[in-house]
Amino acid sequence: MSTTLSISIHELHALLDALVDQGYQPLGPRVERGAIVYDTITSADDLPVGYQDEQAGGHYRLVQADPASPESKTLFRSVVGPHSWKRFLFPPRQQLWQAHRTEAGFTLEPEVQDPARYAFFGVRACELAAIAIQDRVFLRGDFADSGYRSRREQALVVAVNCTRPAGNCFCASMQTGPRVQAGFDLCLTELLDDDGNRFLVEVGSERGRTLMRPVSRTPATPQELEHGREALEEAACNMGRQMPPDAAGILRRNQEHPRWLEVADRCLSCANCTMVCPTCFCSTVEDFTTLDGSEAGRRRQWDSCFTLDFSYVYGGPVRRATAARYRQWISHKLAHWHDQFGTSGCTGCGRCITWCPVGIDITEEVAAIRYSEGAAWVGGGA
Amino acid sequence: MPSVPHTLPWGHAIADPMTPARYRVDSIRSELTGVFTLGLSPLDEPCGIGFAPGKFSMLYQFGVGEVPISVSGDPDRPEQLLHTIRAVGSVTNALQRLSPGGMLGVRGPFGTSWPTTPAEGADLVILAGGIGLAPLRPLIYRVLANRSRYGAVCIFYGARTPDDILYRDELEQWRGRFDMTVEVTVDRAGPDWMGRVGVVTKLLSAKGFSPPDTIACLCDP
Amino acid sequence: MATIEGLDRMLAGHPFFEDMSERARGLIAGCAANRVFHRGEHLLREGDPADVFYLLRHGSVAIELHAPGRSALVLETLRDGEVIGWSWLVPPYRTQFDARAIGLVRALSINGSCLRDKCAEDSSLGYEFLSRFARLMAERLTATRLQLLDLYGHPSDYAARPAERPLEAPTSPAKPGPSGP
Repeated sequence: MSTTLSISIHELHALLDALVDQGYQPLGPRVERGAIVYDTITSADDLPVGYQDEQAGGHYRLVQADPASPESKTLFRSVVGPHSWKRFLFPPRQQLWQAHRTEAGFTLEPEVQDPARYAFFGVRACELAAIAIQDRVFLRGDFADSGYRSRREQALVVAVNCTRPAGNCFCASMQTGPRVQAGFDLCLTELLDDDGNRFLVEVGSERGRTLMRPVSRTPATPQELEHGREALEEAACNMGRQMPPDAAGILRRNQEHPRWLEVADRCLSCANCTMVCPTCFCSTVEDFTTLDGSEAGRRRQWDSCFTLDFSYVYGGPVRRATAARYRQWISHKLAHWHDQFGTSGCTGCGRCITWCPVGIDITEEVAAIRYSEGAAWVGGGA
Repeated sequence: MPSVPHTLPWGHAIADPMTPARYRVDSIRSELTGVFTLGLSPLDEPCGIGFAPGKFSMLYQFGVGEVPISVSGDPDRPEQLLHTIRAVGSVTNALQRLSPGGMLGVRGPFGTSWPTTPAEGADLVILAGGIGLAPLRPLIYRVLANRSRYGAVCIFYGARTPDDILYRDELEQWRGRFDMTVEVTVDRAGPDWMGRVGVVTKLLSAKGFSPPDTIACLCDP
Repeated sequence: MATIEGLDRMLAGHPFFEDMSERARGLIAGCAANRVFHRGEHLLREGDPADVFYLLRHGSVAIELHAPGRSALVLETLRDGEVIGWSWLVPPYRTQFDARAIGLVRALSINGSCLRDKCAEDSSLGYEFLSRFARLMAERLTATRLQLLDLYGHPSDYAARPAERPLEAPTSPAKPGPSGP
């Protein structure tokens, strides 16, 4: 079924209410402490109405539209913030099991997981691509993550087409956006004109269709469809940045390039980029005990290849120098990910550029090395 | 959530990879100064974990931590799970203090394995240094149990001094066989040592295998 | 010296001597004698004038060093077909280690001092010997260095401190260049 529907802001409220009624826990964008984060939303009023984000290297600001302007009614003019959906599918911290000391030794129980039925509201194209990338990490092979699988299978996805890219976006050159292609239950496109906003709705699954039943809607008019198409095309042409083609090849050929020393002079190895990246999946486990030694347990939590200890093997860390760690991260993300998982690890969301305290730009680093190879540098970039 | 068994290519199931299974210490054998072999059997599961030669387990000592240790026993006798361990840190030192009947946690087996099937028909060189012989011992057991499937078999082993030769009695036994070459050397020795002294790679110049037709399995200390 | 039966054939087929000139091999044959050593006897002694080297025909020989108050340290054992002794070619022409027979040893002893004089007269002959013995010394030195690396030892005994190795990344100069196009 591929008829695109059209709904008003009131119907969007009804859609969110329907989500709650059907037992989902809606998670979506809200403004908190000056940034757009993903958290529980109870109604459309919780969404970031009238907000727009300014993103540049090491820079993020939210700007509120003039209350008199039509933009003041928009819900989705800002793009991604420091959070990504990985924090729900692959929790930052999770207890794995608990153990108790006994006479004979100890007993051990795995942590029982009770997955909530999440509804992800407002998932961008780059984020859908990132979720698909993490699916390949966590669901394939002999050691699929059962917790990830159950959360993922239950999660409902309401996607949103971006009609305005932010300053650090480069999904177009990574071929992950701005248009949402697949992997959604419903996909919204916000249309703004002088009278206010309406939303195109594409249904992508049976679950999505069921959700739309109590919501009154009309088929989208050809003008509305055209409006949506134009908005997306404009977004694709106004990307803030661009990844040079064949980033994988450029990095594979230049593992000893002097540029790594230059980046290392700037990089603080603070690990922000890996924390905000929607595809980074490294984790560590931490064992803990109570003071009296009667109980023990293990937690899994996010880790980063930027920490000195990350590459520790018997005898010491393998990557002592910041240059080596930065090189490893970017090469894994853009080149070796292909060998491991068959795709690039980057979706062009630009978060690593925005949230890097010194504004290191992954696209600029690749371009700099490409330039030094003698190829003409293809323009683009803020 | 109950453990979900995962079936692995060679047909042995393992339990949930993130949760340790409880195992009991059946035996502790002192091999060398600071090196010991634990013999384990499962407490909760009825049968042991099967493993391919070369795999490792994560051994957990309650309240201390967990370390990766290669399985060093016979893959065709999985009811006795052996691990040869050198005590170098807090977890391995705690494992050394276990006595028969003690309990520890085991996850696994993990990792890749020695190419026992691709090596069939070829000559095989097994080159080990120090404690590196431990992850190779399951391979040696598997090869000897299926001796006719392989060509020439050579074991070249180096240790620091004669007192550091691991599995010395087994090496001497293997050396006594008519169907394989076993050479042992040490890096340094006193005047009482009647065997070889020299770097272990020198042993490769011994005749006994045809290099173009040989698969070499190596493990350093 | 009496010629030893089959010696020419043996030298011609031996990896160490086989591509030497016939003249060189002839000289060696002319300076060679069969020797037998019983267990514990020394083929060479540290500090002695180095006038002879050996081609081991059968048995094992331990290359050893002594220090006062310590038991001897065996550095390497040499076996059938190996060459023992290079000090005869290199000043000050004094043996640098002990070579002790581990069991019964049969060896060909070759008069190094006589060969040395011939090499001094004829530099192409000298080159033949020096290049072969240089390779031998290089092999022994490399093996000894590997043994010194003590890979069997505890890594914490040899751990590099962070300050010693600031960068493992490329060895290009650390000066930052222009930051991109």
